[in-house]
Amino acid sequence: MKRIISVLMENAPGALSRIVGLFSQRGFNIDSLNVSDTDDPSLSRLTIATVADDKVNEQIIKQMNKLIDVLKVTDLTESAHVERELMLVKVVANSEATRSEIIRNVDIFRAKVLDVDATNYTLELTGAKEKLDAFIATLSHNATIIESARTGICGLARGERALTAK
Amino acid sequence: MKMMSGAAMVVQTLNDLGVKHVFGYPGGAVLDIYDALFAQDEVKHVLVRHEQAAAHMADGYARATGITGTVLVTSGPGATNTLTGIATAYMDSIPMVILSGQVPSQHIGEDAFQETDMVGCSRPIVKHSFLVKRAVDIPKAIAQAYYIANSGRPGPVVVDLPKDIVNVAETHPYEFPSDVTMRSYKPVTKGNNKQIRKAINAMIEAKRPVLYVGGGAIAAQAEGEVTELAEKLGCPVTCTLMGLGAFSGVHEQFIGMLGMHGTVEANKTMHNSDCIIALGARFDDRVTNNVEKFCPNANIIHVDIDPASISKTVNAHIPVVGSVEVVVKEFLEELANEDLSKQTEKQADWWEQINAWRAQKCLSYNQDTQVIKPQKVIESLYKHTNGEAYVSSDVGQHQMFAALYYPFAKPRRWINSGGLGTMGFGLPAAMGVQFAHPEATSVVVTGDGSIQMNIQELSTCLQYNLPIKIISLNNRALGMVRQWQDMIYKGRHSHSYMDSMPDFVKLAEAYGHVGIKVDSLDELDDAMARCFAEKERLVFMDIAVDQNEHVYPMQIKYGAMDEMRLSKTERT
Repeated sequence: MKRIISVLMENAPGALSRIVGLFSQRGFNIDSLNVSDTDDPSLSRLTIATVADDKVNEQIIKQMNKLIDVLKVTDLTESAHVERELMLVKVVANSEATRSEIIRNVDIFRAKVLDVDATNYTLELTGAKEKLDAFIATLSHNATIIESARTGICGLARGERALTAK
Repeated sequence: MKMMSGAAMVVQTLNDLGVKHVFGYPGGAVLDIYDALFAQDEVKHVLVRHEQAAAHMADGYARATGITGTVLVTSGPGATNTLTGIATAYMDSIPMVILSGQVPSQHIGEDAFQETDMVGCSRPIVKHSFLVKRAVDIPKAIAQAYYIANSGRPGPVVVDLPKDIVNVAETHPYEFPSDVTMRSYKPVTKGNNKQIRKAINAMIEAKRPVLYVGGGAIAAQAEGEVTELAEKLGCPVTCTLMGLGAFSGVHEQFIGMLGMHGTVEANKTMHNSDCIIALGARFDDRVTNNVEKFCPNANIIHVDIDPASISKTVNAHIPVVGSVEVVVKEFLEELANEDLSKQTEKQADWWEQINAWRAQKCLSYNQDTQVIKPQKVIESLYKHTNGEAYVSSDVGQHQMFAALYYPFAKPRRWINSGGLGTMGFGLPAAMGVQFAHPEATSVVVTGDGSIQMNIQELSTCLQYNLPIKIISLNNRALGMVRQWQDMIYKGRHSHSYMDSMPDFVKLAEAYGHVGIKVDSLDELDDAMARCFAEKERLVFMDIAVDQNEHVYPMQIKYGAMDEMRLSKTERT
């Protein structure tokens, strides 16, 4: 089952390698990993998307909690949450027909054109993973995709629940 | 504030933390620290012959005392040589701090001479690690390392010290940290009240309870609490390989070690139990055998300080996170209000059954032979040490014979590499024990394979006059490998024997020690007496034992806990 796990940890050198190392060492999967510092610069927040059954998921959370640099771990998929991912995609746009088809897709998916040059467009889209997947699938019918980059899922719990140092 | 160099800070911090012994080996990146060590005599340094042995000595020292062991090594090969020792300590939750030198900060990442990423290399086998970047951070990093190593579930912690920050030519203000707590590290000790209540109800209702005690009980110094709980409940007690001594091996409620080479009565009791009370044990594969068939009718209460150990392999019905000592105290407080007068009566059938299993005498062996049986040697060792020695062991058949035939009445007397199974552990571990307890009898039970994995430490033993007694069960083969080859590979002894064995007596003598060779059974008792009469010197007993002996009982692969081979021809 798909899981989205949020981790709050010290923004310290080596902390990320301990998390990533734990996943490979114990044979856990990482589908995507998103990490950055937070509003408190001494803390980093990671969002890990993984596929795990209940037993493995329990181990992932417990083992991460054991790491000295980790303050808190929560499984966002356990309750209501919002999740978003950002994608940049560069497509060939060298004819009038392709360009207008691409723009139509951009409008439908509420994406943005970030960069334009004579032969290609760079597009930006934010949304849930499924929306990004659908955009890529639709786009690839009408245009040639040169490259794409995705941030991986990041998410927060809905309502008052929050992952903080306190 | 006192001004001192980074190197002096390292030594001062160790001294302020009460560290008495450091096991190490000098080299380029730690020469400044060695210079600072030279300038004082509070912190004693023990010069080993190989860094792996330094880690095992610190480990043996920690196991025998509960005090964090300390290792000091240089960068590169000095650091990587400790990795097996660190992994050994990690698997068995032993508190240890490894101070490793590192190339100067400005050269990190340049593949400099004797550079290795020690923090990276050791990452999967440490509880935590520090790469210290400034001299002023040294005291706090080292103090935190000791705090982390010996709190919660103990384990090894690496502190990597670049050469430039320990430079003796530069001084900095020294301040011993008043607070080492960390916002991200808060180990739990006390159990949850509701869970404790549930556990109590389950124990009292049980008709066939058993206490399953592991190394966590020793780490928590909980032998008193465990014994009181066992006596209150009146139930049988089994210990894991790591837990031997947490409950007395000569207590009438003790039914022996459990697991792969556990006794019939221990494994059958577990399998037929309706309530397993696991205290600081982790349901390791060498205990459970096939988890699918594990103890089908048992309600499992699992007390462990590490939440990740609970329900990792076997699902716990009543998990209690906390230190064994604190949680069992809480159990005892709750039990004080309970009527336990019916316990004996309720367990009468259970004990009758257990005593029938005991009567099978699964540890009996062929006495009607002139060949020296390894079991006989351990029994003789027990007799000549009154069962009071610190016994360190290597890994293999001799380890199982020692665990089964030398009952430990007290904790911290049995020192062995249970989790990692490190050959070469025994001798250096026994040396660490001897440094911790100079007056005690420190014995190594080893074999001709294991002893050769760290034999160079015989030289260290001479330097520090360690009167260790080495009991080497020489079967001219890697016994446990050979046993598996006999059982599973139709007796094809692929690389499990060595036909170029050294003369161990001469070898011991070459290192300045006493060597005694024992070839026949009638010499054994006298030789053992001579060995232990040598109070001041190390004695190496090279005892020729039966090459064809197997360790039994032995669980049958993929079976339930109680499916065992009892001899080469019989099974349960």
